[in-house]
Order: sequence, then structure tokens, then C-alpha cells
Amino acid sequence: MAGILADKDRIFLNLYGQRDWGLEGAKARGAWNGTADIVTQTPEWICDQMKASGLRGRGGAGFATGLKWTFMPKVESERPHYLLVNADESEPGACKDRDILRNDPHLLIEGCVIACRAMRSKQAYIYIRGEYVHERERLTAAIKQAYDAKLLGKGSILGYDVDVGLQHGGGAYICGDETALMESFEGKKGQPRLKPPFPAGAGIYGCPTTVNNVETIAVVGTILRRGADWFAQFGTEKSTGTKLFAGSGHLNKPCVVEDAVGISVKQLIEDHFGGVRGGWGNLKAVIPGGISVRMIPAEEAEVALMTYEDLQARGSGLGTGTMIVFDKDADLVKAIARASYFYKHESCGQCTPCREGTGWMWRVMERMVTGEAEMSEIDLLLDVASQVEGHTICGLGDAAAWPIQGLFRHFRHEVEDRITQYRARKGSYAGASIAAE
Amino acid sequence: MSIRRLSPNQPASFAFSPATLKAAKVWMANFPAGKQQSAVVPTLWLVQKQEGWICEPAIRAVAELLGMPVIRVLEVATFYTMFMLEPVGDVALVQVCGTTPCQTRGAEGLMAVCKRKFGAQNHRSADGKFYWQEVECLGACSNAPMAAINDYYYEDLTVESFEKILDDFAAGKTPKPGSYIGRQGSAPEGGATTLTDAKLFDGSLGKKIKIPNLPAKPTKTKAPA
Repeated sequence: MAGILADKDRIFLNLYGQRDWGLEGAKARGAWNGTADIVTQTPEWICDQMKASGLRGRGGAGFATGLKWTFMPKVESERPHYLLVNADESEPGACKDRDILRNDPHLLIEGCVIACRAMRSKQAYIYIRGEYVHERERLTAAIKQAYDAKLLGKGSILGYDVDVGLQHGGGAYICGDETALMESFEGKKGQPRLKPPFPAGAGIYGCPTTVNNVETIAVVGTILRRGADWFAQFGTEKSTGTKLFAGSGHLNKPCVVEDAVGISVKQLIEDHFGGVRGGWGNLKAVIPGGISVRMIPAEEAEVALMTYEDLQARGSGLGTGTMIVFDKDADLVKAIARASYFYKHESCGQCTPCREGTGWMWRVMERMVTGEAEMSEIDLLLDVASQVEGHTICGLGDAAAWPIQGLFRHFRHEVEDRITQYRARKGSYAGASIAAE
Repeated sequence: MSIRRLSPNQPASFAFSPATLKAAKVWMANFPAGKQQSAVVPTLWLVQKQEGWICEPAIRAVAELLGMPVIRVLEVATFYTMFMLEPVGDVALVQVCGTTPCQTRGAEGLMAVCKRKFGAQNHRSADGKFYWQEVECLGACSNAPMAAINDYYYEDLTVESFEKILDDFAAGKTPKPGSYIGRQGSAPEGGATTLTDAKLFDGSLGKKIKIPNLPAKPTKTKAPA
């Protein structure tokens, strides 16, 4: 058995699209099974079960899902409640939600119905990133199938009527932030809102809204079908369940795979991702949770576990559970400079520290790549990074600072060597060019 | 942030095609009454599908359709980077992902191919057929390096396979999207090592089940015989 999770305990049974993604195929794999029995329970029962399962949001922040749902008002007023599913997957390294959207869309739609019941909502919207055109076509078709089968809409055979609609974005990473997502949903620029008011009080159209990640919602049906204790048996006390992991970078067989939370970084790479290019000894560093978390060097990757608490203790994070792996030939400075360019490009421009800081950090990082920098600029860069971090409305400023901090925490000597070498080289080149003229 | 401005060369007018208008109306009906502004991104995208790019008269037309001030639509069109603000290639818009996971697996080689074939990025090629650009993460990192050509993803590319794809487009063909090393979706190369248990797929999971942990129902007392 590859990994630590048996096939019988997997949730996403059509992860690779080998089988029918449609309603009949999904039903044969257990989706929509017993849904009517679940949605006729009270919202409290559903929320309690989700709390007992220990499920934490899979979009990166890792907030307890059952608890989040209880923040919604207990009585519906004239303002309807909304569930907004965040399918704006755009973080470099993250490509897990895409496989749910295109290959197991019915798990997501079923999860929307159950989550809506838990939050006394009648309307869910799935906000999918604009570039996922194929995935959007799939999802549209799957929603139509569910309407045709009376699983959605008025007079649902489930006994609880929910409408599920789609919305799509226009290629802005920032819209993955929940408040930017809501702004974008309403047809505006995706610039994050200040909190409070929190979305559960005033979200889209000023109505109570909860934003959840695709994977979070898609696992709900199976958790309730098999029991909260089944889900909670995997992983650790604080990081339970199974999860989709993705690998990219210098791996022999990069892929997306479901395994138990708590699998070690090494086993994940060796068992599922075909090992590091050139063997485990050739590993240099791992970014374990999407580019916005800090990297960990090879010696820590040797013992690190894919849990929220273990990676946090190492100054990194589980994030979306999608790792980028670098071997010894990798140019880490260049890789992080590219990440800095990404944040510069994706900053929405609302908060000055981020708008100005991301561009500034990127320009300095580019000079660090060639070594054309002053030694003192390293500390200046880290100082600026820490001034961007925590001083913006949303988390993009933090996310822009962390990869840089991670690089210098573990590989500062590489940048210093580069600066030294550049200077040494420059001296001799200057002399040579004069002589040649 | 990226600086995005409307093209200096604008057409005199724009009209929705019947198909575009119909699809736009579907999006408008998707949102609660009075909240048609929510359909602005999908509508602009439909316009882009129709024209290839977003021109200034189209921005006005969308504003009128959705009952929005023109400036709000202009804001949206210039904020979201998926909207092309100048005409793109007649045959293909090639978007190569250049972000770190793709970069580590050879995206720079793909961009060199584009540069050699079509010239600098963000310009139409000399023959007007192609337009290429480096874009930020497209969310297919396990299948890196990859490129989106006319909306669909071409994955696990090499310089050779990418060149072949572009040549096919130039020859008027539409190559099949997906993995170019024969992977099924995001499964590992050579075939999945998980999800091999046949019991998962024999339909047994679709049989009627009892939901666990349900609250105990008040037991009915049996009527006396």
C-alpha cells in the first residue's frame, strides 16, 4: 500500500477522472447516498457532527469548519443566507480543487446542499476561477444533472430545497481571499473588505455569508455518511482526516493524491510522488503548503509531518497541502524571486505596504538572483518584508513576505555567496574590458 | 499590480451577437433581482469570446446591458488580467504559466519557443495569427509545465511537444488538450498507485446505508395487543 491510507477510506474515488464523473457514476461511488436522511436533521446536529470530525478548512487557513458554520445567524431574517464556495484556486503549487471540480463535481454539489442546511441557507454559489474553463463546463453540466434529478431546486426529493449557482472570476489571485471573493462576486474589483463586519454578519449583498473551500465542502457528505469518528481517526488530535495533497517541482512523478493528514513529508514524496529527482539525498528544500508558506530545508523535511501543528512549529504551514519540491540543482533564490513577482503582479493595490512593498521586494530579489546587491540589503529586505507582513487588510501582504523570510532563514548563506561572487567577478571583468579596448 | 490600459486603437462600435446576448441573459438571471452587476465578469468574458478582446465600445455596451456606470465596467475590465485589452492572435492566444512550479520544470524553455516563433510577448505575431504571454499560476502545478491555448490546458509539455502543438495550431488544426506524456488527469506518470481497490467501484457504495450517529428518535410504545 502506497502511503498510510487504505483505498477503502478514500473520499475522492474519481480523483483522476478514470470513471464517470456524472450523476450515475457518482451515485455508484456513494455520492448522494443517504443525503435525504442528513438534510432532514437539525442544523445543530450537522454542525455538531462536523465539529466532532475535526475538519479544518482546506483552503489554507485551517479554521474549524463546524465552528465556522455556527457563526451564521440562527434565524433567517429578510436577508437570505448564502454559502459561497471558493473555487478560485490560484496559489502556485495548489491544483487539488481542480480535480474535484472536473472529476467529482457531485461530491461538491451534495456538500453544498448539506452545508446550506447546516447554515439555514437556500442558496449556494460556487465561484470558480475564470481560467478553469473545462472545469466550469463540467460543473455546469453536473449542476444541470442534479436539477434534472430533483436533487436541487424547488420540490427537491431530499426534502430540503437548495439552489446552487455558478459565478466565475477573471484571473485574479486576490479573489481567493474571502472578502475579495465577495466583492468580485458582486461584480466589482476584487479588493478585500475590512473585517468586521465579518461575512457571517454581512457578506454578499450585505447578507450573512459563509465562504468555504471546495475540498472542505466536498468532503462533508462522506464524513456524515461514514461518521465523524471515522474521519477523526486519521491524523492527529488537531489535524484530523484525509486530505488531498499535490506535488510539483523536482519530483519524479508529480501528482495529486489523497492520503491521511499526518503522513510524513518524506513518505508522501517517496510513496506518492515517485521520490525526489536524483534520490532523497538530492533534496534541497520543500515548500509544503503552496508558495505562500515558508520553505523547510532537507534536514527538516526528513522528519516533518503534514499536519497543521508540526509544520507551524517549523515556521512553515500546511496551507493547502500542496508542496513544491526543490532538488540540489534548484536555484532557490530565482524560485523565490519568481514568487515575489507573482505577488507583485497579484497585489490588488488597495493597501500601500503591499502595493509598493511587493514591487520593491521583487526588484531587490531580482538583484539578489544575480548577486548585484549590497550585503546590507539583505537585512533591509527582511526589514521591509516584516513591515509588509501584518500591515495589510488581507493576507496577501503576509503571503508575499513569508517565502522571502523562509528563504533567508535557511539559505541566507547562498545569497551572501552570490553577492560575494558577483563582486569578485565584476572586479576582474572591469579590468579585462579596459585591457581589451 | 499590473498596469493595464485600453488599446489606443478602438473600433467605432460594438454589437452583441445573439448568442452572446442570450448567454449574458442566462448569467443575469443567475443572480437575485436587482443584482445584475454580478454578471459583469461573465458578460465581459462572453464579449471576449465573441471579439477576441475587450474594446471600449463593448465596455459601454456591457454597462448599458447591466445598468452599471461605465467607469465600474472599465474598472473591472482593467483589474482582471484575463481580459485582453488589445486584439490577440487570430488563431491562438497562448498563455504560458511561468510561476515557480512551472519554472522549476522548464517553463522558460516553452517561453523561448514562443519568443522564437512569435516574437516578444504581449504582441501579435508578425502574421497576426498568434499572441503569447507569460501568465501567473494557472492551477495545474502537478502537470507542469503547461500552457493554456484558447482557454484549454496543454500539460506536461516539453519544448518538442509544445512546438508540435503550436505548429498544429498554425496549420489550422486544434490539438487535443490535456497531458502530453499520456497521464490521466493528475495521476502519477505510469498510472495511479491508489484507487486500485475494485470494491470501490462495484456499486456497493451506492447501496442504501444507515447514517451513523443520528439522534435517537423517541421510541414509540407498542399498542396493546
